[in-house]
Amino acid sequence: MPSTGYIVSVLVIAATITFALRAVPFAFLGRLRSSQVTAFLSQHMPAGIMVILVIYLLRGVDVTTSPYGLTEATGIAVTAGLYLWRRNVLLSIFAGTGAYVLLLHFLPAAHG
Amino acid sequence: MSSHMRTARGEPAPPQDRKRASDIRQALAETLPVGVGMFSLGITFGLLVVQSGLAWWWTPLFSGLIYAGSLEFLLVGMLMAASPLVSIALTTLLVNFRHVFYSLSFPLHRVRGKAAKTYAVFALIDEAYALTATRSADSFSSLRIIATQVSLQSYWVGGGLVGALTGRALPTIDGLDFTLTSLFTVLAIEACRSGRDVPAPLLAAGCGLFAQLVAPGQMLVVAMTLYVITLLVRYRFTRPQENANA
Repeated sequence: MPSTGYIVSVLVIAATITFALRAVPFAFLGRLRSSQVTAFLSQHMPAGIMVILVIYLLRGVDVTTSPYGLTEATGIAVTAGLYLWRRNVLLSIFAGTGAYVLLLHFLPAAHG
Repeated sequence: MSSHMRTARGEPAPPQDRKRASDIRQALAETLPVGVGMFSLGITFGLLVVQSGLAWWWTPLFSGLIYAGSLEFLLVGMLMAASPLVSIALTTLLVNFRHVFYSLSFPLHRVRGKAAKTYAVFALIDEAYALTATRSADSFSSLRIIATQVSLQSYWVGGGLVGALTGRALPTIDGLDFTLTSLFTVLAIEACRSGRDVPAPLLAAGCGLFAQLVAPGQMLVVAMTLYVITLLVRYRFTRPQENANA
């Protein structure tokens, strides 16, 4: 279990940087607004960052042994499929996680 | 009795209180749909915190002070993996970097008072930006903007508290942290659709897999830095005309 001092440090660092990211640009508003690099980055950063985060979260998955990443693949497929179909964020997250949790508990047993 | 307060046109006089009440009512009505989502997601965050073995009261501290949903989920995992503070700082910087661009259209000039302005900037989350950065927000009162943001934060912190407090009574559920993978999958689809750009997510996937291979311990930081560099290189080569003038 992480120490209290470590968790407090994480909290302070994350809170300070997050606030700075929200506050500092207001001071440089004019230059930011006119910068084309900023506009280009703001357009393409979010999608890429999210893709990287998904890969990061899947880093522990072993596709060479049973169940070959099937649990994660199903969870993501259910999430993405439902989202493309219904456009409902919560429905997708709950159904995708539900499918994952169910497979996690029952799939290994099915494979012996 | 009320007839004494009517104006020549027969309309009730509009007192300041009525305007204030209507501002708050409008803010509450507007935040309700997204608030339900934030409350539910807040519950899963509270559950994740206590099921990871952390004390329940860390939930309102994280939700109240950092107040950046997807990062908070990510931090719980990084905490449990005892990630170095440098990684925490760089991950925060890169995951929340998008907030830098919110200043471009958030109507901060409408907010009155130093404390209110500070809070408005602190609570400038994705949802607050989405609800206030439209053109019509230029007519929003200071109170309406602040009421919108306070209401959103209440949903998030409130949901977290409910999840953290009920989670202690529930048996530990393996795999609940998959909510984060699902959340980022949805956000990735949404961002890809609005970006209408095929190479960006593919380049990101390439950066992610490469970083995982060469630096598995520092995957996030390496991948995100590589991705920003590839974007800058792309910018340099796809927009030669604009750059010529810069």
